[in-house]
Amino acid sequence: MSQQDQAVDIEKVDKYTGDGFVAPEYNNTTVTQKISNIVLRADTPWGWYLAVAVLLPVVGMLGISITWLVLIGTGVWGLNVPVGWGFAIINFVWWIGIGHAGTLISAILHLMRQDWRNSINRFAEAMTIFAVMCAVMFPLLHVGRPWLAYWLLPLPNTMSLWPQWRSPLVWDVFAVSTYFTVSLIFWYMGMIPDLGTLRDRAKHPVVARIYGIFAMGWRGASSHWARYEKAYLILAGLSTPLVLSVHSIVSLDFAVSLIPGWHTTVFPPYFVAGAIYAGFAMVLTLTIPVRHWFGLQGLITTRHLENMGKVTLATGFIVVYGYAMEAFISWYSASPYEGFMMWNRMTGQYAPVYWALIFCNAVSIQILWWKRARRSPLVLFIVSLIVGVGMWLERFVIVVTSLANDYMPSSWDYYAGTIWDWSLYIGTIGFFLFMMCLFIRFLPMIPMSEMKMIIPKHRNKKDA
Amino acid sequence: MNHGPARPELRGLVAEFENEEAIVEATQKTVDAGYHHIETYTPYPLDELLDIQHLHKNKVALVILIGGLTGCTVGFFMQWFASVIHYPINVGGRPLNSWPAFIPVMFECTVLFASFAALIGMMVMNKLPRPNHPLFDIERFRYATQDRFFLCIEAEDPYFEKDATRQFLEELNPHEVNEVEA
Repeated sequence: MSQQDQAVDIEKVDKYTGDGFVAPEYNNTTVTQKISNIVLRADTPWGWYLAVAVLLPVVGMLGISITWLVLIGTGVWGLNVPVGWGFAIINFVWWIGIGHAGTLISAILHLMRQDWRNSINRFAEAMTIFAVMCAVMFPLLHVGRPWLAYWLLPLPNTMSLWPQWRSPLVWDVFAVSTYFTVSLIFWYMGMIPDLGTLRDRAKHPVVARIYGIFAMGWRGASSHWARYEKAYLILAGLSTPLVLSVHSIVSLDFAVSLIPGWHTTVFPPYFVAGAIYAGFAMVLTLTIPVRHWFGLQGLITTRHLENMGKVTLATGFIVVYGYAMEAFISWYSASPYEGFMMWNRMTGQYAPVYWALIFCNAVSIQILWWKRARRSPLVLFIVSLIVGVGMWLERFVIVVTSLANDYMPSSWDYYAGTIWDWSLYIGTIGFFLFMMCLFIRFLPMIPMSEMKMIIPKHRNKKDA
Repeated sequence: MNHGPARPELRGLVAEFENEEAIVEATQKTVDAGYHHIETYTPYPLDELLDIQHLHKNKVALVILIGGLTGCTVGFFMQWFASVIHYPINVGGRPLNSWPAFIPVMFECTVLFASFAALIGMMVMNKLPRPNHPLFDIERFRYATQDRFFLCIEAEDPYFEKDATRQFLEELNPHEVNEVEA
C-alpha cells in the first residue's frame, strides 16, 4: 500500500522548467494521484473560487440579456437596414472558431502521433464543447423567436414545407449540430477510462457511484482497450474532416452571397486557419492560469507552451496570407465595388478597427519568433489575449464593413453594438469560463490514461 | 440473498503485477503454457498484450463503416425526398435532384451516424455498460485503473484447475493472487 500512498513532491513538480513533456517526478502512480486529487480532494485553490465568484454575476448578466431580448425583440440590438447581421453572426463565427482548436489538438495531432498533445487534449475538447454552446446561442437568438428554432430542422409540418437544401444556412444547421454531437461523443469516450479511475479512487460512496455510472463499468480489459483504441482513432479521423467542413460551411454563409468582400473563394481555408489560430490562442489563455493555480507545470510544461506558441505563429501567418490575398484580389479583380470595399476598409469609417486587427493578428505575434518569448508564460498569455481580440475584430471587419457600405451609397449607414449587444457577448464569455471552471473542478482535466502512455517505462520500476 | 448456490463458483484466478514488463512477461508465459481464456486489465492500452492475446482484429471499423454509409444514404434520401417527391419546386427549370448541393448535408450525416456507431458499437461489443462485475469485488482490483496490472485466467479454460493454476500464477512472481467469484 505504501507505494500507492506516496505523496507527489508537489513543490518540486510545480517549479519544473525542464525541456521534457512530463516532469521526471511523474510515474503511473504519481500522475494518477496528481490529476485525480484535483477532482477528489477539497483543497481547491483560491483562484478557482475567485474565478467562480467573478463569473457567476456575468452568467446572470447573460440571463438578463437573453430575457430582455426575448421580451422586446431584436430591436434592442444595434442592427439597422444595410447591417442586418451584426454581433450575433460575429460572435457565432468567433466562438465556433475557438471551438475548432479543441478538435484540432485532439484529432489532428492524434492522427499525426504528436503525443505531447496528451496533456492538453481533454482541456481543449472541453473548450470546444462550451465554445460551441456559446456559438449556438447566437443564431438561435438571432431568429428573433427562439422558441420556433425547430423550424430549421427537416420536420414534417402541416404546410409541407422543408428547409432549403441548397442554402448554406441550412448546411450550417447540420454542420454545427453534428459538430457539437460528435465533439461530445469524442470528449466523453476519451474520458471513460479516467472516469473509471475516479470511481476507483473516490473515498465517498456517493461520489464513487456517480463517477461509476458515467464510467459504465470500465475495467481496463485488454480486449476492451483494443476496440476502444480503434474506435477512438477512427473518431479522430472523422473529426478532422468534420472540423474543416464546419468552418468551411460557416464561411459559405458569406461567400455564397454577392456582397463585396464576402464573395471570394479564399474564404473556406481562410476561415479555417483563423479558427485554429483563435482557438490555439484561447487554449493558451486558459491553460496558463490553470497550470499556475493547480501546480500543473510538470504536466503542461514549458515545452507544451512553446509548441503552442509555434502553432499560433504558423497559423497566424496563414491568416495574414488571407488578408494579403483579400487585398490583392480586390485590386486584381478590377471590380470597382471590390476595390472600393478594400479601400473603404483601410481608410473608411471603420479604418481604426481594421488597423487594430492588423496590429493584433499580424504584428503582435511576431514576438513569438524569439524562443525566450515562446517559453515565457506571461508573454504567451498577453499575446494570446491580443490574438483573441484580434480575431473578434477580424470577424467584425468582415461582417460590418462589407454591409455598411455596399453597392448603393444612398443606403449606407453606420453600425455599432448597443449595450445589449455587449452584455450578451460578455455574458457568453462569462458562461464559457464558468463552464470551464466547473469542468476543471469536477472532471479530470488531463487524461490520466493517455499520460501514462507517454511516461517512460523505467520510471515505474521499483528502485528498491 | 438466498437464491443461487450457497458456495460461490469460481470464475477465475486473477494475479496482480506491479509494472508493464511484469504483466507482459507473465501473459506471454501464460499463453505459452497453453491457456487461452485469459484477460489482462491495465490502466492504459499495452500494445504488447494486444499482440500476445491476438486482439488486433476486431469489428469496430466495420461497424463504423456501416454507420457512415447509413448516414450518407439517409442524408441523401432525406433531401431527395423533400426536393423531388414531397414538395418539388420548379426554379427556372433547374433540376429538382440537384445532388451536388446535397453533399454538405450528406457529409454531416455520414460523420454523425459513424460517430454514434463508434461509441455505441464499441460499448456493445465490449458488453458495456456493466456497472457491476465480479472483478470489482476484489479489494485491490481498483488499482487496475490506476497503476497496477492484472492477469485473469478464467475457469472456463480447458487447462484450468484451481490449485494447479494458482500454483502456476504464483510462480509468475505476482504481487498477489485472488479468486474471482462467479
